Amino acid sequence: MTTNKRGFAQEVWDFFCSLRLSIFLLIGLALVSIIGTIIPQGQPPREYLATLSETKFRLYSSLGFFDMYHSWWFILLLYLLTLNLICCSIKRLPRVWKVVSEPVLEMDENFEKSLPNVKDLKLKGTKEELKERMASFLSAEFAAPVITEKNGAYHLFAQKSPWCRLGVYVVHFSIIVIFVGALIGSFFGYKGYVSIPEGGAISQVQTQSGKMINLGYEVRCEKFSVTFYDTGAPKEFKSILTVVDNGKPVPGLTSRPIIVNDPLTYKGTTFYQSSYGQSDEGALYHLTVRDRKGGAPVQLTARQGERVALPGGAFLSVMEATMDVRPFLKGFDGPGAQVEFTPAGGNPQPFVILSDKYESFNAQHGGDLLITFNGMDQKFYTGLQVAHDPGVWVVWAGCFLMVVGICMAFFMSHKRVWARVTESGVTLGGSASKNPAGFEICFDDLVEKINKA
Amino acid sequence: MSSSMLFNVTMVLYMVSTCIFFAFLASRSKAVGLGGTYAALFGFLVQTAAIGLRWKESYDQGHGHAPLSNLFESVVFFSWTIVLIFLFIDFKYKYRAIGFFVIPFALFGMAWAQLGLDSGIEPLVPALQSNWLMYHVITCFLGYAAFAVACGISIMYLIREKMEQGGGNVQAGGLLSMFPSIRVLDDLNYKAIMIGFPLLSLGIITGAAWANYAWGTYWSWDPKETWSLIVWFVYAAFLHARITRGWVGRRAAILSVIGFAATIFCYLGVNLFLSGLHSYGR
Ligand code: HEM
Repeated sequence: MTTNKRGFAQEVWDFFCSLRLSIFLLIGLALVSIIGTIIPQGQPPREYLATLSETKFRLYSSLGFFDMYHSWWFILLLYLLTLNLICCSIKRLPRVWKVVSEPVLEMDENFEKSLPNVKDLKLKGTKEELKERMASFLSAEFAAPVITEKNGAYHLFAQKSPWCRLGVYVVHFSIIVIFVGALIGSFFGYKGYVSIPEGGAISQVQTQSGKMINLGYEVRCEKFSVTFYDTGAPKEFKSILTVVDNGKPVPGLTSRPIIVNDPLTYKGTTFYQSSYGQSDEGALYHLTVRDRKGGAPVQLTARQGERVALPGGAFLSVMEATMDVRPFLKGFDGPGAQVEFTPAGGNPQPFVILSDKYESFNAQHGGDLLITFNGMDQKFYTGLQVAHDPGVWVVWAGCFLMVVGICMAFFMSHKRVWARVTESGVTLGGSASKNPAGFEICFDDLVEKINKA
Repeated sequence: MSSSMLFNVTMVLYMVSTCIFFAFLASRSKAVGLGGTYAALFGFLVQTAAIGLRWKESYDQGHGHAPLSNLFESVVFFSWTIVLIFLFIDFKYKYRAIGFFVIPFALFGMAWAQLGLDSGIEPLVPALQSNWLMYHVITCFLGYAAFAVACGISIMYLIREKMEQGGGNVQAGGLLSMFPSIRVLDDLNYKAIMIGFPLLSLGIITGAAWANYAWGTYWSWDPKETWSLIVWFVYAAFLHARITRGWVGRRAAILSVIGFAATIFCYLGVNLFLSGLHSYGR
């Protein structure tokens, strides 16, 4: 019974230690990841129903295909990969550690046979002399040796960069670190979006999951601007932001410009330029009103929908306006506005007015008054992505470890050289953990140098 | 002289190089093989000059930026990196025959760019105005190029293995005798991927760093990101497969070809068929 249990536990352990499982998981992750790149992720149901049948929609939905990378089975695969990684490392690391920390100091006949590079050196001298010579030679040309004596022979052992054997484990550990960083971000961070009209301020952010987060300070948008290349392609989106904490603008974050590749960060929360638009409210319209019978023109400003009193008891409100009427009125250009004019004691009359370039056009309406539209001050809102991710530095640490580990694992080699000194001469042996061809050259080089010396 | 003319010269030189490599396989003359390598090297130098000139031309037009911003420029750069990695491996290991299986990738890229793609120099849209663009694109493409070389080597491996199994007499001659041995090809495949994998990892990391800097998320499962991760998984599987018994050789070669197919999809397929943040490459 106990052996049975032990056998089962052993089997589970071996399963999680196996490299076949890793290959299966890696290829499996690669394959299932494709699904989420073909099916658009995180769209509202009606978008899907436009192209999918009801049954397919329900099937995909229950399989989590619409938010695949957060579905339970995808996360499970990632956890399995991590578990596999941890088990495999626990199983193998001690063996590798032993190679690093307790090197084989003596090259006996048996061990010699297992080495790829061995050479008998024809050197003259006593055992003591040869030992000293080899020791100083190895120190100068390779690495300082450890010297032991056994069965009447001296054994010298020297090695270079033994720790690079740990590179693979640094890579694997880095993956776990990145994973932990991602988990910290998903538990303690949030992502959201705010839009701030020019002149406005916000102190709350709505996250993607719909929660409201109180920032504890205010972010004010002083100004937003967009510029274009001659081709019409956008050149720059720029918001001027000010952070106001405790009622005071924060030094350094006052009227700070934010562009697409240059965000603002305050107290661990970062604001990124992501979109913009015309603010619904807040546009200011500029008009000129002149009495046809004479008199000085009067400059007026109006907000959208606002009823402004005109000289002589009439009223005017601007319904909508544009800085360029070309798309709406053939043969005209410049600013134009759709207005509602109410003469004193009369009924409202809707019509269009243009700039002073079109005097006769504007003269068709307005009774005694000649009204021209001079333009408007448009107001924008800026759309900012807001992110707070306390795990991001853990992720970068993991990435750094990964690069270091990969360099150790791929481009460095644990090189070992043994020398056995007996009365009859010196036998040199060597091996390397990587690039055997490269080490052979290095080894032959050593042999040549000793023979010459 | 314009960069476009130099790109044409480059294309012709890669074509010449491919032909010489073919002649090399047929003639088995070492001198011919060296000729192929030198033609490729000369093409590479001309292309380097052309890329530099195009960079300068963008400054002359008033919106200077590195020539890495649209599909034309990236295809040209891709073919440049393929030749770079090829020359590196060629000069280091001196197996000339590989050229016949690798330079055509570069030739194809140049021909497609010159004949089929819009070569206009466009100003950068706001999302691309960052130095990260350069770090990200260069590391990714060097990685892709190493995978292209690995793919060429794997195809050689599969052909040679097939012929050996089919009883073709390798020693007696034929095209095959210029191929490195199967063991060497397997090793070269691994070496090329050992160059590519770290570069792709760096490419993904710099991409994540840039995304975090510009958009506030280092990873958003955008199709391009996901595909680069898929490629990364495939090559990670390749590396582990080599350690286990029974996966060296043929299966590793097949995995390397699949990996490159995924790489090409990541590079082009995603832009052409799927939508996402990277679709400006269109
Ligand atoms: C399922 C999880 C994984 C397991 C169980 C696993 C296991 C192993 C083992 C046992 C080795 C050989 C170590 C040795 O030679 O002593 C290895 C090597 C390696 N692993 Fe992993 N690994 C996993 C995932 C990954 C991932 C996702 C990467 C991605 C970077 C990775 C990168 C490497 C590298 C670069 C090597 C060195 C390969 C070589 O030297 O050719 N591993 N892995």
